[in-house]
Amino acid sequence: MPAFVILEHMANGLLVGAYYIVLALGLSLIFSLGGVVNLAHGAFYALGAYLAYEIQRRLGFAGAMVLSPLGVALIGVGIERLFIRRFYREDPGLALLFTFGLAMAAEQSLRLIWGATGLPFGIPEALRGQVFLGDFIYSRYRIAVLAVSAAAVTGCWLLLNKTSFGLVVRAGTRDPEMVRALGIALSPILTAIFALGVGLAGLAGVMSAPLAGVHPAMGTEILVAAFVIVVIGGLGSFWGVVWAGLIVGVVRGLTVLFYPPAAEASMYALMVLVLLVRPRGLMGERFERFE
Amino acid sequence: MASARDDQPRLTRRTLLKTAAAGALALGMPAIVRAQPDAIRIGHITPRTGFLGQLGEYGLNAAQMAVDETNTAGGVLGRKVELIAEDSVNPGVAVTKVQKLVERDKVLCLVGEISSASALAIAEQANRYKVLYINSGANSDELRGKNCNRFMFHVEGCNTMYTKTIGQWQKSKNLIKGAKWYMLTADYAFGHDLFRVSSRFLTENGGSVVANDMVPTNTPDYSAYILKIRQAKPDFVYINLAGADQTTFLKQYKEYGLPIPLAGGVMDTVPFWGAGIDSLSGHWQSLWYHGLTVPASQAFTKRYSDKHGKPPDNQAWGDYVAVKILLQAMAETKSTEAAKWVPYFEKGATFDILKGRKGSFRNWDHQLLQEMYVVKVKDKKDAKDKWDIFELVQTVPAANESFEVIQPTRQENPCTLA
Repeated sequence: MPAFVILEHMANGLLVGAYYIVLALGLSLIFSLGGVVNLAHGAFYALGAYLAYEIQRRLGFAGAMVLSPLGVALIGVGIERLFIRRFYREDPGLALLFTFGLAMAAEQSLRLIWGATGLPFGIPEALRGQVFLGDFIYSRYRIAVLAVSAAAVTGCWLLLNKTSFGLVVRAGTRDPEMVRALGIALSPILTAIFALGVGLAGLAGVMSAPLAGVHPAMGTEILVAAFVIVVIGGLGSFWGVVWAGLIVGVVRGLTVLFYPPAAEASMYALMVLVLLVRPRGLMGERFERFE
Repeated sequence: MASARDDQPRLTRRTLLKTAAAGALALGMPAIVRAQPDAIRIGHITPRTGFLGQLGEYGLNAAQMAVDETNTAGGVLGRKVELIAEDSVNPGVAVTKVQKLVERDKVLCLVGEISSASALAIAEQANRYKVLYINSGANSDELRGKNCNRFMFHVEGCNTMYTKTIGQWQKSKNLIKGAKWYMLTADYAFGHDLFRVSSRFLTENGGSVVANDMVPTNTPDYSAYILKIRQAKPDFVYINLAGADQTTFLKQYKEYGLPIPLAGGVMDTVPFWGAGIDSLSGHWQSLWYHGLTVPASQAFTKRYSDKHGKPPDNQAWGDYVAVKILLQAMAETKSTEAAKWVPYFEKGATFDILKGRKGSFRNWDHQLLQEMYVVKVKDKKDAKDKWDIFELVQTVPAANESFEVIQPTRQENPCTLA
């Protein structure tokens, strides 16, 4: 086994991890601030892919890349205002049940509107082909996915760390009662974060459509992976999710290389290992309200 | 050690809840339609969710069409026919659904399934109740081999038939002798079975398997496997995958643009439509394709397309033909008892199965003997619409050959019908 083969698989794993991060980041944000376990996250991801399918036919892939996540975020605003906000101060179990129901309803709705069969969704012409670096091979499209993911993660980090909005979000994550006592309304912030979170899921959906196709069950399949990454990374930690996504991608890639049957299980094994050593995840913080 | 891993749900709270909910629904739903008691009831059971769900949808539509056509023509034995449909989900749920169909709905026979693991569960129940079951979509040889039973018949081709169809063609083009093949195999009952028969055919004909990677079902990303294939430099890539996994692999294989030709152990039209003609290449084997020029087949395609706005796939063909065969058996034996149908089938009754030659069941393993086809991916410029992806290359076996050419032999298929 030459060293560069292992290197190639690690590098490839980083690429795979990139869009996992975009997906898991949204999940983590919604949970950290609102305490809502969003089991419908995968449904928003699937919705992003389906909207992209419709938009691409009219405005091309670049248009879909921008408009589809925005569309998903808007729908997220509606859902948050109508339903999710009722759960912030309730037992987390209730939100879990609600979003679970929402996910099932969403999957069936996709089936009713677009049919049960997958929809063909090709890689956009401009991004087809491969890039060779010495003996390494990369798909051009995946490099584009990596770039978009990096931009999305950077954007989120700036938003959370360099703006007054982010300051309120971080404060709200630590101690919502105190924020309210200071006379800051958390409600619009919670809406914005939910919209941002599901918008990120939508973006991940757009990016995966050319790779894995568009079909009604796609959200269900990816949801578990997103949760595992959030748990490994640790609640409330931005960088935890980023690291966890990359590590899961790399571990998965190496597992395929050395022992393919365990590719699926590698993620869970990793989670068990991390939780044994660090019960709150890699970089998880202590949350008074959840412990 | 073949394990039926496909349907052991990952133990998450979600799947637990889902199964519980599905179970509760299945057991607690009152039958909304109380049909007239003298209707002949057929139970349709197939996955309509999950990675095979896309195919199940087509199957149900077509089975319903066969029933409707019969009723329009006056029913069978002077009675109306009624189809009761259930989503089989996974082997565990399939068992409860069969019990419900037989005990509560009083169905006379069962049709359907795609997953080989679920089909086995259904077959065991069918045998216990002495209810006839026609498998219209599960491929594992073992269902016709060591797991065969008196009450199960197979319209779907088995893995060996698929393998030998493409294999005979490859042999005629000298693509096997001395060739190195890289295989990817779905890590559950069907995949293990297919790997067994496809690698056997290859090695018997002078080729070799350089590597075989087991792939979990629902794998979203194949890039790591594709990198391995590139390093191994085989002469051929051969996929023993099914359903949505086929789509994902085909798309990503094209994305990396490897110059190594691709073939596979089975071909279902739906995942290939899902991948789109841009992502496809090479020669494949088909049990039935809507481009077939047989008049009865074209008429079926037209009726289905008019009703559903898209052409039928091979699974639609399978469920349609299965129901039609059942209804013919009822009419010809003038009986509603499985005990009368089994000898009728075993004595070599022939059926119009919308193909060039008529089909009949092989008496010792209950496999429908029939033509299959080698198809080639069309040039994009020749495709009339998004469903028009294949052109027919040849019929296997040829018109003057015996059906046995592509069938498993008695040694390969140890079936004893108790």
